[in-house]
Amino acid sequence: MPGGRSDKPIPPPIAAGGVPAGLEWNREKTRFRRRLLIVHIPMALVVVFALAPYSWMFMTSIVTAEDILKLNIIGATPTLDHYIRLFSRINFLSNMINSFLVACGVMAAGLTLSITAAYSFSRFRFLGRAYLMKQFLVVNMFPIVLLIIPLFIIMRKAGLIDTYLAVIISHSTFAIPFSTWMMTGYMDAIPRDLDEAALIDGCSRLGTLFRVLLPLCMPGIVATGIYLFITSWNEYLYASTLAGGEMKTITVAIQSLIGEYVIEWGLLTAGGFVGSLPATILFLFLQRRLVGGLTQGAVKG
Amino acid sequence: MPEPALSELPPSIRARRFDALPYVLVSPAVIATLAVVFYPMATAIVMSLYDYVVWRSKTNFIWFDNYLAALGTDIFWTSFKNTLIWIGVTVPLQFLLGLATALLMNQKFAWRWLARMLIIIPWALPSVVIGLMWRWIYDANYGILNDFLLRFQLIREGVPWLATTDTALYSIIFVLVWQGFPFFAIMLLAGLQSIPGSLYEAAEVDGAGVWGKFRHVTLPGLKSVIVTAVLLRLIWVGNAVDIIYVMTEGGPGTATSTLPLYAFVQSRKILKFGYASAIAVMFTLMLLTLVIMYLRRIDDKGGSR
Repeated sequence: MPGGRSDKPIPPPIAAGGVPAGLEWNREKTRFRRRLLIVHIPMALVVVFALAPYSWMFMTSIVTAEDILKLNIIGATPTLDHYIRLFSRINFLSNMINSFLVACGVMAAGLTLSITAAYSFSRFRFLGRAYLMKQFLVVNMFPIVLLIIPLFIIMRKAGLIDTYLAVIISHSTFAIPFSTWMMTGYMDAIPRDLDEAALIDGCSRLGTLFRVLLPLCMPGIVATGIYLFITSWNEYLYASTLAGGEMKTITVAIQSLIGEYVIEWGLLTAGGFVGSLPATILFLFLQRRLVGGLTQGAVKG
Repeated sequence: MPEPALSELPPSIRARRFDALPYVLVSPAVIATLAVVFYPMATAIVMSLYDYVVWRSKTNFIWFDNYLAALGTDIFWTSFKNTLIWIGVTVPLQFLLGLATALLMNQKFAWRWLARMLIIIPWALPSVVIGLMWRWIYDANYGILNDFLLRFQLIREGVPWLATTDTALYSIIFVLVWQGFPFFAIMLLAGLQSIPGSLYEAAEVDGAGVWGKFRHVTLPGLKSVIVTAVLLRLIWVGNAVDIIYVMTEGGPGTATSTLPLYAFVQSRKILKFGYASAIAVMFTLMLLTLVIMYLRRIDDKGGSR
């Protein structure tokens, strides 16, 4: 059903051409049935498919252990036991704080290092520009396994294992190239006339960046920053390799919960739900802008 | 966007012949990338030529022995085969489901915004949580999947999906399809919305039906987005180690071991860093063909992005 462009506007309930209202109503009814079959029902099925595992996890997390083992999840009385245990006994909160600090660090590093580069790519034409830009694109495609071993060795030599800095640096491997690429796109979308006007008014070129471009890019900067936050929060391989001991991030903590409390699915699903909540909420709020930025390159490219 | 001619540039930029400013501006990002990506990468390549094992104090330069040793093992070739199945089954399924979803979301209906918002959730979840929730669904004794299939008598006894050699890989592939189809849907939807409505009207005038419009207007209009999205996904799915690692760590046996996972497990569990680096380098070289194809596409399109 491409386009949906063939849809004609719905005629008024009583057609002007003298058609009896009852006939018109019948036509409306078959039309609605058709739409139900080819749009609403399939779409609802896809949405259910996308959400069912997540909902199932949540439902399991609010049911007592006995009910879970009796497979009585849908009809059971809800309980917050697992959540209380998660925070009182397992110290989940400190893992969340770790993740939060790391993600903020990644956001700060990614954004500050990329802003001037994005300005340069967007507003200057210089030798090696295309090559450098491509390099930032390609870097994101290298396998993590290639980087994770040397990074571990480097961090061990520097005595940084189990520190925030180690995880932040490892996440910068994707944060810097990604945000450079995104920010260049956002700046490209701002008309050049604006910076030209500022230059003529006597603003320096760096002044143009900070006084004209950055304020206009703010929505883009926020979206990129939040995307970095989410990716860092969700990341597992680097975090578990470089900080798997004292300073576990939330994902590492959840994974080790699975090892420790093998069949306590109530506790595990509660941990999974809490751990995914911040990223999910941020994503829902900023979805439109984020997705716009992410798909832009691909659609244009 | 095409490169603007020199005369279109602001006078302040045009006036200078050599300008150091752009290089100064890119340097923080470039230097940081050199330090955190390219230096480790070079280290990995060098390390793959040594018999580096963490707990051993002395390491020797052994040329390509790590590579030859890897190529001589069964597990390498099993992992290679699994990588091909992993990518070759996952990406087409993600694409088909994504295309169907995009076509649905391109219809006008009242709750479209809600569908768009909810559909993306699998993509925003941490891989560890995805692994956890699907392990719970696939659980041999208490999992909802077995419960459901047993209730409808489709199976006679509970299947340990992730612990059975024949089903483990496809069970994880299913998870990745679920996780990745929203990406395709959103990208293809953006592509669909860029096809001018007048093309559909023209096709209708020519007497094209639903299928005709799809074949002659929608598919050609989406071609460029499809190729780009598929290439990007091939690379990402190829690289996706975390979901397999958190669900099975490559097991049972070697049933779900892909090349990057094999390299990761070798370094993580066995601490054979030289050997693991050799596998990682070989995998990177394979992936590079896809990356080069992707770059060619960007070049063909020309422009700054």
